[in-house]
Amino acid sequence: MAQMNMVKALNRALHDEMARDPDVVVLGEDVGVDEGVFRVTEGLLNKFGAQRVLDMPLAEAAIVGMSIGMAMYGLKPVCEIQFAGFCYLDYDQLESHAARIRNRTRGRFHCQMVLRTPYGGGIRAIEHHSESREAIYAHTPGLKMVIPSGPRNARALLLSAMRDPDPVLFFEPAAVYRTFREDVPDEEETLPLGKAHVARVGKDITIIAYGAMMRPTLAAAEALAQEDGVQAEVIDLLSLYPMDTETIVASVQKTGHAVVVHEAPRTCGIGAEVVARLVEHAFLYLQAPVRRLTGFDIPFPYFAREKAYLPSPARIARAVRQTLNF
Amino acid sequence: MPRTPLALPYTVDYLSILAADGTVDTPLDPQLDDALLLKLYRTMLLARRFDERMLALQRQGRIGTFGPIKGQEAAQLGSICVLRDTDWMVPAFREGAAMIWRGTALESVLLFWGGREEGAAGATERTLPIAVPVATQLPHAVGIAWAARYKNDPAVVMTYFGDGATSEGEFHEAMNFAGVLQVPVVFVCQNNQWAISTPREKQTRSQTLAQKALAYGFPGMQVDGNDILAVYVAAREAVERARTGGGPTLIECVTYRLMMHTTADDPLRYRDEAEVKQWEKRDPLLRFTKYLEMEGLLDPQKQGALEAEVRHEIKLAVERFEALPAPAPLEMFDYVYAQRPPELEAQRQELAAALEETAASQPPLKRAAGR
Repeated sequence: MAQMNMVKALNRALHDEMARDPDVVVLGEDVGVDEGVFRVTEGLLNKFGAQRVLDMPLAEAAIVGMSIGMAMYGLKPVCEIQFAGFCYLDYDQLESHAARIRNRTRGRFHCQMVLRTPYGGGIRAIEHHSESREAIYAHTPGLKMVIPSGPRNARALLLSAMRDPDPVLFFEPAAVYRTFREDVPDEEETLPLGKAHVARVGKDITIIAYGAMMRPTLAAAEALAQEDGVQAEVIDLLSLYPMDTETIVASVQKTGHAVVVHEAPRTCGIGAEVVARLVEHAFLYLQAPVRRLTGFDIPFPYFAREKAYLPSPARIARAVRQTLNF
Repeated sequence: MPRTPLALPYTVDYLSILAADGTVDTPLDPQLDDALLLKLYRTMLLARRFDERMLALQRQGRIGTFGPIKGQEAAQLGSICVLRDTDWMVPAFREGAAMIWRGTALESVLLFWGGREEGAAGATERTLPIAVPVATQLPHAVGIAWAARYKNDPAVVMTYFGDGATSEGEFHEAMNFAGVLQVPVVFVCQNNQWAISTPREKQTRSQTLAQKALAYGFPGMQVDGNDILAVYVAAREAVERARTGGGPTLIECVTYRLMMHTTADDPLRYRDEAEVKQWEKRDPLLRFTKYLEMEGLLDPQKQGALEAEVRHEIKLAVERFEALPAPAPLEMFDYVYAQRPPELEAQRQELAAALEETAASQPPLKRAAGR
């Protein structure tokens, strides 16, 4: 058991998997000599060499397109896009090819690849470095969409993503990269994709969140317990597609109330999907409308205003109180 | 510190061996063996007749929209025939002749244009399915070539695209990656002069498309794309270079799309019929026929027999295609993921139940099989 932050934990997963499986290769911008702008790929070039850790010219579409070619050949590429805000350039490759190769060829070819990218606000970055567009990928049939929330689940989920036979979008919350450490077991640990985690058990209301929003959500839950005597159950989705309907529904059947938290814009966001599933599967258990405490339908603000934009523990607690007082 | 012209390492050659009238530049003739020449001819004839048959099938509503290849057979066959079975082909969507050469069954082609994924799945090993979004397949070729080299596999990757693709970002990105990584990729551009309604001169200010390779640090060559011998010689040189570690090559085959972009457009809206007539005189099939006649490999009798043979082959393929059972709707859920996630399983069951219920209340759709 070692204490590590998320960057170290992700780095550990990459090291371990590359050592275990020679078909895993890493490619992206500044992933080799510079070891990644957030240092997630630290030590990989030294250990595995330039044949397995490729510093690529600056072209997101071709980095993903090349990964797809490698995957069709039978390798297991892990490509890094420097920020989720630059993934629009490669979206066509994901939508038109990565997501469809298995289906298009009736399984004769498949596309085992992981696209890693930091996402989310709270890091005082310039424009295009803070957004959360996970809903786009969760909406794209053929892709899987995974977002860890802490060092331990980040390592376990990245290992699972690298072993998954289908393309996985792996969004890493940049705001969490170095903010806290966790015990990460020495032995290998994986987590199944498509399973949520009950991060806090409660009986009064269910708060559903993921990624960087887990910390403010858990802080809100603590405050609600202290100040209101409200026991909130907190669910960490971890996978946005597939999404663990069962765990969400079981919790809301117990609590009768729900709030969904994400920093992405509200309209057609993951929250809308969660609400839809609750309406479909837990309608008669709901005692109040499900509230969405989310980012707004605006471009992510420049960082001087990001605190006001991002859901905070106080705003999450307020949304919980409003829901309970319906 | 004077201003001096830079000595760039490459110039662009233009290659033509077999003229439109069938005469040949003898010193440049690659002297292909008779068996290969006849196989190329048979495939060219089959591809041409199949193209014509598919146009008729489309007009009769028996397949969907498709993109005819007529006029571009030499560009495709002259290049693809250089590959080994263990090499890779990464096509765009107008390489029917090359795909047939690679062993794609005619029914697979019909299935593809007939709206069934089984057709895309039907290509042979190491031949990718048709890629529709323009130029998006080119980075795949680079990835495959890099992976092959990583695995010490001597495979070469040949990838196809049109003149329009050379304006797309992914063309430039893939060319740049290929140059930087020195991977064994042969980029074959079928410059057929028209990207739907956009003529070649509105696509780029460059004098040739071949010269675009120079910017990425590898050779480019322009060939008469209706001259199967010239295409062959250029492709053989490029494949050898790739296989021996010399990196990528761009070959621009100057050809012409004698038909519409796809059956959904009408070329009379944007191009002059006189231009088409001019290019019909340069038809690669006529030219190759003349060459083989002069070489003593073909006479009217042999040609007649071959015509009958390919027509029969096409007839049988259409019959097999149309005799196939109607597609099973629920199969659409089967190949999206290695394992259906719960969401998809629920959606599949929903459609299954709906189909069952609505089938009970309505007469079944009467549709011919295979469509």
